[in-house]
Amino acid sequence: MTEETMDVDISMPTNTVEEFLRMERMPHIWCPGCGIGTTVNCFAHALETSGLDLKKVSIVSGIGCTGRVAGYMKLDSFHTTHGRALPFATGLKLANPDLKVIVYSGDGDLTAIGGNHFIHAARRNVDMTVILLNNFIYGMTGGQVAPTTPIGATASTAPHGNFEEPFNLPYLAESCGAVYVARWTAYHVRHTTKAIKEALLKKGFSFVEILAPCPTLYSRRNKLGDGLDQMKYYKDNSKIQNDADTKTVGLGFQGKIIVGKFVDKDKPTYLDSMNEFYAKKFGDKYAPYKG
Amino acid sequence: MADTEQKKKGLGSVVINAERCKGCGFCVEFCPTHCLELSEQYNAKGYHPPQLAIPEKCTGCNMCGLLCPDFAIYGFLFKKKQK
Amino acid sequence: MKADPKGVMAGAYFIDGDHACAEGAIAAGCRFVAGYPITPSTEVVERIAERFPLIGGMFIQMEDEIASSIAIQGAVWGGKKAMTVTSGPGFSLMMEHIGLAAMTETPCVFVDVQRGGPSTGLPTLPGQADMMQARWGSHGDYGIIALCPNSPQESFDLVIKAFNLAETYRVPVLLMLDECVGHMTERVVIPPADQIEIAPRRYWEGSQEGFLLFKAGADRVPPMVKAGEGYNVHVTGLTHDERGYPVMSAAAQEKLVRRLVDKIRLNAGAIVEVREDQTEGADIVIVSYGITSRVAVPAIERARREGAKVGHLRLITAWPFPAKRIRELSRTVSCFVVPEINYGQMVREVERCVAGRTRVERVSHGGGAVHDPKDIYAKIMACGKE
Repeated sequence: MTEETMDVDISMPTNTVEEFLRMERMPHIWCPGCGIGTTVNCFAHALETSGLDLKKVSIVSGIGCTGRVAGYMKLDSFHTTHGRALPFATGLKLANPDLKVIVYSGDGDLTAIGGNHFIHAARRNVDMTVILLNNFIYGMTGGQVAPTTPIGATASTAPHGNFEEPFNLPYLAESCGAVYVARWTAYHVRHTTKAIKEALLKKGFSFVEILAPCPTLYSRRNKLGDGLDQMKYYKDNSKIQNDADTKTVGLGFQGKIIVGKFVDKDKPTYLDSMNEFYAKKFGDKYAPYKG
Repeated sequence: MADTEQKKKGLGSVVINAERCKGCGFCVEFCPTHCLELSEQYNAKGYHPPQLAIPEKCTGCNMCGLLCPDFAIYGFLFKKKQK
Repeated sequence: MKADPKGVMAGAYFIDGDHACAEGAIAAGCRFVAGYPITPSTEVVERIAERFPLIGGMFIQMEDEIASSIAIQGAVWGGKKAMTVTSGPGFSLMMEHIGLAAMTETPCVFVDVQRGGPSTGLPTLPGQADMMQARWGSHGDYGIIALCPNSPQESFDLVIKAFNLAETYRVPVLLMLDECVGHMTERVVIPPADQIEIAPRRYWEGSQEGFLLFKAGADRVPPMVKAGEGYNVHVTGLTHDERGYPVMSAAAQEKLVRRLVDKIRLNAGAIVEVREDQTEGADIVIVSYGITSRVAVPAIERARREGAKVGHLRLITAWPFPAKRIRELSRTVSCFVVPEINYGQMVREVERCVAGRTRVERVSHGGGAVHDPKDIYAKIMACGKE
């Protein structure tokens, strides 16, 4: 009866996510139960608490449902060609190293057509944050198989089931040189927010894989229910194993999901390496490249 | 602030933009105190938006806000009035 | 504005076209190059790689041409003047991103040092068979500018012009060398920086409030901005409105894409550049470009010595094509002769503009070598016989 019943001031703050969104473009195009919007909340909250100068934050995406994130964020945003967000981001960052460059795109965009660029951006340890939304499918174009589609799942271009071995993305990222590698799911909103924030503040190529439902295509084709069913699957089947060996975190069809922060190490970034190298070579003649 | 004396309030509450909701059910399912439910009402698109069924159980944790893919709900903490 | 003296290697040199092109880019203020090795263009980026570290430039050899052709666009939005360099096979790979640059109106320069094609073709030998591809290579409708140097000196001069046109029209500009021009070594004079005219990026100088990144001025060119200044730009390859937001409609398409085409087409008067020699009153006019324009000279001179009234019109800008001038000449000239190291590309533009009013003859050469001037001479004389 008492307070909670003490005098409280019920002030109604706004949803701070909206400060990061181009609200004039709402509603967005994503389906009911799609997990992309969920990850956008996490991203916005991570940005908000990161202390980063938002004027200097640029978001680059490719093509696909996740690629549409750039269009909805009230930041300098670049919706580039399919698979090529990473090289665009490399050029943007190297032209102006003061920018905080984030690549936000999907599994097909970043690791199929974008696969070559993924391994080289990680290898170079260009200072950028990559948020990869993995829904195991090419959603925008109607549900085709992706390099992340688990064995046994069906897709429109694998109608009898996929037999190709999918990527183990954290393993791929680590082996190519990423300094921060984490995987969470759209269910793990707080962990995801924290991981994105850590990745944003991390120097070097930082990579966060977020599993998210695609109810209209992946779930429906594979009779997995709707987005909520997929979220429940994430909740019931995820095991947090920070520092797990990334070799062991591959995903099967509706199997166990290992989530956590797997890699968090320090390495000179592309520009650090370049500046150090040329300073050594040229001595005073070399002015460190700052953009 | 009319009905604050009688009802027990929780630590916070939610703001729901019913027209944005697409009825995915994430907020209802994963609210830690299970204080949300899908309402019987329809919005213009034919979805059942959530409603705060048990206000005194709301902790203002904003789990719903983080989960909502459509930015249709968010939670907030009540501020304590300065004496 | 004038060139930055820090990069300009003023003086007289004996260098090849590729190297001259690199120096021209530096003089133009280019400080970001992303490239991938491909014969016969590699020397351009090799020189850039050598020069950039000590003049504050950023060179990165990307993993392929696709990455190179979009990394430069990221760099442009980061505030730099940027260029990439390639040859036929890489040019083909870059086509999607040339279209992206046209669609997003990203000013940048693509250099194609043409070689024998198609496919892997003749990597170390000349061709001029990418000319139509330069105009039409990316899918969809858009306007583009392409320049053709015919010497190392022009490789220096025209890459500067390419950057200036890119900034003036917020458009990608192609520099179409060929293996001969790229690999021939000649005297190149690099003027002092204060004699080199540079077009600055047309940055918006008004208030940020209500700024529209794709709202064009009277010349059909919108102002530019860069990331990091709080404009919250949105740049997309999707058809978009003046804010840059995607709009999926025929009306948006008409409004945007028509302007992209007209931006070049209706400004052609200011963009087109040709060099003419004795075309007034000529009976026969040779239309040529690149290395072939030099090979044609002995043929023309020999024909003139034998009494033929031969003019020479050399394309500096292949695109936009000097349609107006060709149409004008077609009223008085009895024959155009178009020698090219291909089976007929720019000659089709001549034919289109001439529209049957007079004869157009081609002197085709498949590639791998330059023409024998005798073949051009023979065609000139065959025209004269009518």
